[in-house]
Amino acid sequence: MHGRPRKPQRAVDAAAATANASKLQDLQSQLIHNHHLRLDFDRYTNEAISVCSKLLEINPEINTAWNYRKFAFQHNLHETTNSEHIKSLVDDELRVVEMALRENPKSYGAWYHRKWIFSQGLADVDFDREFLLLDQLLQADSRNFHGWNYRWFVSKLKDVPDPEELEVSKEMVMTNFSNYSVWHNRSVLLSRLLNNKAEGFFEREGILTKEYGFVHDALAAGSKVQSGWFYHLCLLHQTITPNEISLISSWPPHESALVLSAIRDTGYYFTNTRKLPIVLYFNQTVKGVNSSSVIVNSMLFKNEELVWKPLPPTKSEKAACWVTYLQFPDMKSWEAKVYVIEVKIDHSEAIISSCSGSRSIHPLNFRFTLSLNYDNLEFAESVDELLDWTDVESLGVESNDLVSFDQSKLSEDLVSGFSKWQMQTISGEINLIETLSKENCKFDKLTLARLLIAHNAMLSHKTPVTERQIHFREVLELFDDLVKLDPKHSKYYEDEKSLVLMNQVTFDKKSFSNHCSSSRNYISSKLHLHGCMQLRNLSLTRIGYVERLLWVQVLDLSYNKLRSIEGIEALQLLTCLNLRNNQICSFTALQPLKLLSYLKVLDISFNDIGAHPVDTARYLFSSPSTRSVELDKEFLEDYCRSKVDITNNWEAICLFRDLQLHQLDVKNNAVADKNFRDLLTKALPTLMWLDGERLR
Amino acid sequence: MEELKVDKHIQYILSIEKEKDSFMALTMEHLRMNGAYWGLATLDILQNIATVDQNEVISWIMSCWDEESGGFAGNVGHDPHLLYTLSAVQILALLNRLDILDVEMVSKYVSGLQNVDGSFAGDMWGEIDTRFSYCAICCLSILRSLDKIDVAKAVDYIVSCKNLDGGFGCTPGGESHAGQIFCCVGALSITGSLHHIDKDLLGWWLCERQCSDGGLCGRPEKLSDVCYSWWVLSSLIMIDRVHWIDKGKLTKFILNCQDCENGGISDRPDNAVDVYHTYFGVAGLSLMEYPGLKTIDPAYALPVDVVNRFFFPE
Repeated sequence: MHGRPRKPQRAVDAAAATANASKLQDLQSQLIHNHHLRLDFDRYTNEAISVCSKLLEINPEINTAWNYRKFAFQHNLHETTNSEHIKSLVDDELRVVEMALRENPKSYGAWYHRKWIFSQGLADVDFDREFLLLDQLLQADSRNFHGWNYRWFVSKLKDVPDPEELEVSKEMVMTNFSNYSVWHNRSVLLSRLLNNKAEGFFEREGILTKEYGFVHDALAAGSKVQSGWFYHLCLLHQTITPNEISLISSWPPHESALVLSAIRDTGYYFTNTRKLPIVLYFNQTVKGVNSSSVIVNSMLFKNEELVWKPLPPTKSEKAACWVTYLQFPDMKSWEAKVYVIEVKIDHSEAIISSCSGSRSIHPLNFRFTLSLNYDNLEFAESVDELLDWTDVESLGVESNDLVSFDQSKLSEDLVSGFSKWQMQTISGEINLIETLSKENCKFDKLTLARLLIAHNAMLSHKTPVTERQIHFREVLELFDDLVKLDPKHSKYYEDEKSLVLMNQVTFDKKSFSNHCSSSRNYISSKLHLHGCMQLRNLSLTRIGYVERLLWVQVLDLSYNKLRSIEGIEALQLLTCLNLRNNQICSFTALQPLKLLSYLKVLDISFNDIGAHPVDTARYLFSSPSTRSVELDKEFLEDYCRSKVDITNNWEAICLFRDLQLHQLDVKNNAVADKNFRDLLTKALPTLMWLDGERLR
Repeated sequence: MEELKVDKHIQYILSIEKEKDSFMALTMEHLRMNGAYWGLATLDILQNIATVDQNEVISWIMSCWDEESGGFAGNVGHDPHLLYTLSAVQILALLNRLDILDVEMVSKYVSGLQNVDGSFAGDMWGEIDTRFSYCAICCLSILRSLDKIDVAKAVDYIVSCKNLDGGFGCTPGGESHAGQIFCCVGALSITGSLHHIDKDLLGWWLCERQCSDGGLCGRPEKLSDVCYSWWVLSSLIMIDRVHWIDKGKLTKFILNCQDCENGGISDRPDNAVDVYHTYFGVAGLSLMEYPGLKTIDPAYALPVDVVNRFFFPE
């Protein structure tokens, strides 16, 4: 019940209410009675139908009453062939619906009854009457979504061309800028016309430019209303969608020379997993990446045997990031030479953009070489020393890291492959919003920030660094303003800001070098790792721009405010990860780690794991709760025997049983008690170090 | 700040069961199954489900079962419908009495309502709505019978109802509405298909539902209402964006909608209370980790301990 005041009834009202109640009760029991007699006699008296009408007039929500009418209607229809009679039967139903809608214009049952009657296709539809009814209803409540849905239904029945409906929506927006329903209607019509390339809608760019003009008028008239801004965002999204699929980064990088080795020495990139990933990162979500759309040529592997997987893996097999693994079951047969591996993506049209459906792809080849460090073919696991994260300091940059950085950004020029129209539109919008901008309007500021971010993404790498830095500063200031202006959404602005920060520290070599640490000093004596990145204490709440970090093996994200690590799965080489002192709330939030087969060292100490009963990551990843992981019976029984409480720890079990960690720090989380340590030692048979203590 | 009047609300829930002759009670008669679910779920969240006679509840539920079709009606003598079938199954799950069901028949009823395009009809008369997709998917998942339907197609249909603002409508082209968004996000969650959602885009639309009074509304330019504390909040949790709203303000809004004298929660402060808003208010508080309440699962709309039983049978 909505909008009824909470107050004691007056005596007069109470008496009336009792009378109404007994009338309703009487009608309801008569209906149920008649409804059941129907089964016995298949008979529908006028009296019974009129009881049903009266009931629906008072309470149009009773489904069973509408059902009764449908049975009666079908029965009566069966008895007659006279078209006049049929028409009058139809009219009777339409009248009852109208009466019911007068009582409750949001009655699902009433609206559906009307649709159902028309769907029988028995009599000509009087469309004037239907549109008049709609006009009246939408005049009374222009946001009634039942009415709008019915409008779709009627205009489809009448075959009203979309451009006509688009005109109607224009008129309606002009009368009321804050009617979100009309804006929505317009967005649906327009995208349908554009996608179908309907007559007069071939020229996407021209049409969108006109729409911008239209929404500007609305915003100028009342920039405080949300609706116009939502529509503006919808236009922005349609403007910045890349026209062409392109590969923006890869690992291994183009022209790189990899030396594989098993243990400490001069080689890189190998552990006892005996596999090497090839990672492709596209500028948008795509499907159709497989061994026929991406050809890997080498003497070492058969291309057909490579299986490409989306990251993260989803049922619909769509992702911006894709990976395949080169397996090395037996390296002893390798010759002492350098193997060239070439990766080719051509015009095959097999790769499809999952947002635009476009098959247009920028063809691309890249290659790298593999050779083997012959001295170390024993796959000994050499990591049994404790890795101390406090050793990690910025000791200057190792040149190798930056070479990787440059090369992994495959197609810098392609990133700026936006059309002139796209760039002009975004620049134009920035100027316009800046002039339109009123003091302290959050939508102005937010839209401006979004436009600047879009603009930044379109800048070519030739743009001077200083110009970019100015952009970054401007956007960050806007978000700071927004936090003050609209504190209830401060965390939204912080999350957006976090992505800008990630962009800022990773966009060029110079800013990058401040965050790369020398690996040789602290790690290489223990692990053969050379891609080390330090992003400590930056107030990051989430990560982004992972396509620039594909080469990273050691990542220090400690002392941030991370709640989520989504996206980290792209960092397939990641071996050591420091998440100490963040705001991770659950083990499910760490599920992306399961996709990192190299991961050996993990620090999640000083987080909030276990402190919150509500797990906001519960449905995000593969788990028993999304029916995508079944815990097998044997496994469950094994845990039951060891007295581990599975129901309350399945998140941890599902995470850790798929990791091969050597070192874990989990202290100072709400879960980290004695029982939990037992669970960990069971779930992680490879674990050597727990919270700095040697286990095995 | 006001506190949650737990005892008053329990009294209120128990009292509405007895009051059957008022006009308001009668207009709700056809959906008594939903009412029973709202009431019992509230009692369970308030850790007080033991106050009702479970056998009485169960025998009434079973008297609403239509043996022929396999579906449940909203009340004795009414016609079966997916909306009530889900409520009945949810109540039995809550009482840990799913064993009483003819799972085969009930899942046959539900799966029989799927259309070739993946959508679901609410009952034999064919009304289509993403609400029914949720009812079907949630119900079958509780019964461990999702394999009885074409899940991939069901997901495709829901995705076809996605709008450019990131939200979802009743049917393709329908306007985004928080209630509808809950249904679609819930169904996608249960089937492990949340990757179809642009979480940032939808999350922003949802967090902008918080009005200046702290309450949440269902669509842009609308007034706040306690029931959206559930629809919006649960959706935000499922897509991991709930931190984008101010929980303190929302908690205050809900508590201000309590009838502190007679129990119950209303849509807005000082309005008349009902069981529907009482449930969504209490459930919203549970989603915000209000002390002393059982934690509710955002997708199944049942307490987490109940939901865990579906995945980890004892």
